[in-house]
Amino acid sequence: MKAIKRIYLSIILIFLYAPIATLIAFSFNESRSRGVWGGFSLKWYESLFQNREILRALNNTMLIAAISALAATAIGTAAALGVNSMKKKPRKIFLAISNIPVLNPEIVTGVSLMLFFLFTARLMGRGGLGFVTLLLAHITFNIPYVMLSVLPKIRALDSSVYEAARDLGATSFTAFWKVVFPQLLPGVVTGFIFAFTLSLDDFVISFFTRGAGVSTLSIYIYTSAARRGVNPEINALSTLMFVVLLLLLFVINWRDARELKKNIRNRRKDV
Amino acid sequence: MSRKWLAGPYLIWMALFILIPMILVMYYALTRTVGGQTVFTLRGFQMAFEPMYLHVLWRSVRVAAISTAICLLLGYPVAYILASREFSQKSTLFFLFAVPMWMNYLLRTYAWLSILENNGVLNNILNAVKLPSLNILYTDQAVILGMVYNFLPFMILPIRTSLMKIDYSLIESAQDLGANPPTVFRRVVFPLSIPGVISGITMVFMPAATTFIIPSLLGGGQYVLIGNLIERQFLSAYDWNFGAALSLILMVVILLSMAIINKVDKGSEGGTLM
Repeated sequence: MKAIKRIYLSIILIFLYAPIATLIAFSFNESRSRGVWGGFSLKWYESLFQNREILRALNNTMLIAAISALAATAIGTAAALGVNSMKKKPRKIFLAISNIPVLNPEIVTGVSLMLFFLFTARLMGRGGLGFVTLLLAHITFNIPYVMLSVLPKIRALDSSVYEAARDLGATSFTAFWKVVFPQLLPGVVTGFIFAFTLSLDDFVISFFTRGAGVSTLSIYIYTSAARRGVNPEINALSTLMFVVLLLLLFVINWRDARELKKNIRNRRKDV
Repeated sequence: MSRKWLAGPYLIWMALFILIPMILVMYYALTRTVGGQTVFTLRGFQMAFEPMYLHVLWRSVRVAAISTAICLLLGYPVAYILASREFSQKSTLFFLFAVPMWMNYLLRTYAWLSILENNGVLNNILNAVKLPSLNILYTDQAVILGMVYNFLPFMILPIRTSLMKIDYSLIESAQDLGANPPTVFRRVVFPLSIPGVISGITMVFMPAATTFIIPSLLGGGQYVLIGNLIERQFLSAYDWNFGAALSLILMVVILLSMAIINKVDKGSEGGTLM
């Protein structure tokens, strides 16, 4: 029975990884044609790093991911703290609206933001879609995910710790900054990483809210794949993105594992 | 202490970037500009129910439903095995199933192009063992394959979570009471895993029904699902009013079905992502 289980899991894993492996293998292929193996080569990586269009897209992607994750973490953490001290009804409404971008099909979010940006551009008589609108869109869909990672930490807070700090003479700002915030920090960092990866990964919303000249890696891949089919430079690019993703996942998992160990240790101390 | 004011910035943000955009979608969906004059109309909704577009809608639902069913058939056994006692402690194995989910789904879809092409990897392998070539790129099958591939982890993970939550003593007592393994599964394990199945179905069906990347890369330029139809109205046909009406219909259908599923699923938490 165990053998059958293993074989089944292996088949599914092969199905899940075969395309990724193909992509990685062909990124090192000397020959341009996909079906044939022409020997090992790094030439697609070389031409990747000389491709101006790709480098500009990479630059945009990283900038937008970093800025939007930072902004979303700031706004989202503040909002999570604020919403937690609201009464039940306003809190429910607030969270429901905040969840709209999470529940809505991505294409609807993308379209609605595009209409909004073009509408405001027409009202102001200038502007239009471009880097800024792309950034605003990314902040918008990142914030709810930051809140989702911070809110549980806020709910787990023990308010007596804050009150003890106040009793010992701390101002409310100091008590928050020195006592409350460090307890929220793991959630805030997780939220930031979450937002950063979501932003890196996004295609649909970017596709609708970018300007004609602005492109991200996802958009570059889509437009060139839709136009020309398979392109070895994209294989090289995908391989690099896959490696970065793996590294990010390892960091997140390693952090979680460390936190888990810490929690277990603390619990042991309590006993 | 009250920190309500901290929610202020996001309140303004939500009004600007969530609520007003939604209102604009409704505005465009319900109006039409003819000769510089904007008039109220239900034309967009009427158009959506013309046979040509109903056909697209039906095809989107059908393709998404088939993909969801295949994901469930393939994914349930995986979740079951991963949750079983021999495998549940193997976190690396679980990690292997979760990694593809985090990979850019554009890349996951794109990867299939080089496999399915006429002179691609699949046909080279088939030819090498003297089997006839398979030309499924730019057909329904390729689109369904792409969807199953993309969304399978979203089916496996919540089902695994709900299976792991089952108290093992329930299974033991069923066995003690004389149930054979199929009966234990049918009467105890499967009913208790339904919350996971429901959230798996939602997490596969919703994106499958609304994606436009998978059909446009693996289905080709002529292959239209509702997502492609909306995209075209905004980026090539420039019928924003019709596009907005379609978006509104899509949004209402998706949000309603989520609400219904949440009602059915009340009290039991579904699975989480990771």
